[in-house]
Amino acid sequence: MATTVPGAMPIPSRPVKGNHSPGEVRTCDTTGLPVCITAQKFVKLHAVAAVIFLLIGGVGAILLGLTRWPAVHLLSAEWYYRILTLHGLNMLIFWILNFEIAILYFVPTTLLNTRLYSAGLAWVGFILMTVGALMVDYIIFAGKADVLMTSYVPLLAHPVFYLGIILHAVGALIGVGNYFGTIYIAKRDHTYEGSVPLVVFGATAAAIIAVVTLLHGAVTLIPTWLWSIGLMGPPDPGWYRITWWGLGHMSQQVNVCAMVAVWYLLATLTTGAKPISEAVCRGAFVLYILFINVASAHHILVDPGVGASWKIWNTSYAMYLAVLASMIHGFTVPGSVEVAMRKKGYDQGLFGWLVSAPWSNPGFSGFFLSLVIFGFGGGITGVVLGTQQINIMAHNTLRIPGHFHVTVVGGTTLAFMALTYYVVPLVFRKEFYARGLCRLQTWLFAAGITMVAVGMSFAGSYGVPRRTWDAEHSGATFAVGVDPGAHVMLGLLGVGAIVAFTALFLFIGLVVAAVFFGKSNAGKAMEPWHVERAVPQAARSAHADPDHYVPGTVVLTGVFLACFAVYYFANWKWLADVWWVR
Amino acid sequence: MSKSEAGSGGALKRLMENPWLLLLLGVVLPTISYTVWGWIELWNLPKAVLP
Repeated sequence: MATTVPGAMPIPSRPVKGNHSPGEVRTCDTTGLPVCITAQKFVKLHAVAAVIFLLIGGVGAILLGLTRWPAVHLLSAEWYYRILTLHGLNMLIFWILNFEIAILYFVPTTLLNTRLYSAGLAWVGFILMTVGALMVDYIIFAGKADVLMTSYVPLLAHPVFYLGIILHAVGALIGVGNYFGTIYIAKRDHTYEGSVPLVVFGATAAAIIAVVTLLHGAVTLIPTWLWSIGLMGPPDPGWYRITWWGLGHMSQQVNVCAMVAVWYLLATLTTGAKPISEAVCRGAFVLYILFINVASAHHILVDPGVGASWKIWNTSYAMYLAVLASMIHGFTVPGSVEVAMRKKGYDQGLFGWLVSAPWSNPGFSGFFLSLVIFGFGGGITGVVLGTQQINIMAHNTLRIPGHFHVTVVGGTTLAFMALTYYVVPLVFRKEFYARGLCRLQTWLFAAGITMVAVGMSFAGSYGVPRRTWDAEHSGATFAVGVDPGAHVMLGLLGVGAIVAFTALFLFIGLVVAAVFFGKSNAGKAMEPWHVERAVPQAARSAHADPDHYVPGTVVLTGVFLACFAVYYFANWKWLADVWWVR
Repeated sequence: MSKSEAGSGGALKRLMENPWLLLLLGVVLPTISYTVWGWIELWNLPKAVLP
């Protein structure tokens, strides 16, 4: 028996025979999958917390965007650095980690038909994460932690700042431990047969990377906190930078892994796609587990304390295995969509499957735009900026935030927004209002954040530094001067920030309206985001190997590689032109 | 499929089926390659001599 909803995937329904206590499980009215009631409660709590921190970070974003736009230059220097600290921590840590813990509770309990390992641990983790984040935000607003997210030693913040981050990290680590406990009892109780689904495998990879991340956070911040309360001397700044980036950059690799798992999930939910090759996709996740975390070395490429061997091994040889994994996912995810669409009969030419894809479904448009922005924007710039020689030109310029705004925001945040258009109807069991605005929101956010990132990247190429309040260095003894082209790019950044913030605010408004005032869909299937047009069987083409027939994806991959080559060699040419070598 | 191919496929499959081994490798490899090696580089830095 299969549950078929127009526009959604047909998922085989199966009897609920997991390890749940009586009354602790329900069957999803749309997918037929079992939903653990306890896990559902914590998914809701973490999702709501995530959206609140997204709003705080988003307000910070628009204030920063309007300050880096020289024609506006909104905030004073003091408030600029304060809000920059607030924005970084709320967006990169509190919003993302809360949403990821929600994913880690939802994915195994639903797809492995198991109960959550421990409600008690989930409460402790949630309370620690929330209290820690509120402590950090409070002390930042109090003006006692203007040290930016990196809080590089010897900058010193109030002890509450470090303690808040430690509590948040410990809470997240407890959540990750609860995830591992959940997959343990699922295997022990035989709640599933065979291998775990690919999405669970991806979530496990994200959880493993999170463990490394959070351990580095503890190793860095506990001595720094002890220093802040006078119990020990300051940590060595070089040691701090290396170890802190084990938290700062590795946490973004958790995002990458969780985002890719969400891509696979949304490809299935919106088009019925199945992975082209389970083994290859899992192999790519293994490459992430083993090699993606060493990318933290990108941040240390101009530090004099470590040698070239350490830098080149970690940012090139080892890291490229993780880049290979991203390129595998970048091929298999759209490839799986192409296979699914062609099998449905959308088989015209190279890109008929893509044109006919469910673009009116915000779950699909958000996921596919996230894939394109992450791949073309984040992937290409990441590899180029991570090349030691090129990094010398780009380090500490606005090119770096330009890169991570297309990975973490255009990639991860947009994918998580897209998933929310399914989480609210399936987990909260509420329907969205203003569905036309929902459909517009993902496009608007993608456009805004792309403008922000392009503006940052090209302003950085003109030498505009990152973090700095005043790119012109007004009042300096010697005039620094910024190329007029950089002003155009900083203006683009500002306009993009307005567009992206409008879309973010719209997203939060739509989610709040749905969760608190939306029409309940309990007892019936969710309203479909799109209805597929039936294609007559006679009109469908026959291919010798329909499970692997992906000519459109092959062409898109070729375009991607061409863009990669052009950007890579343009940067080397640019580097060669810095000095005249004859 | 040759015997060696089957063996290596089996080992990889066993690795993928074992989240605890993946967890161990996922923690140990980057910790050694990035963190511990980086700390060793810092500890081995000669002290700067003032002019």
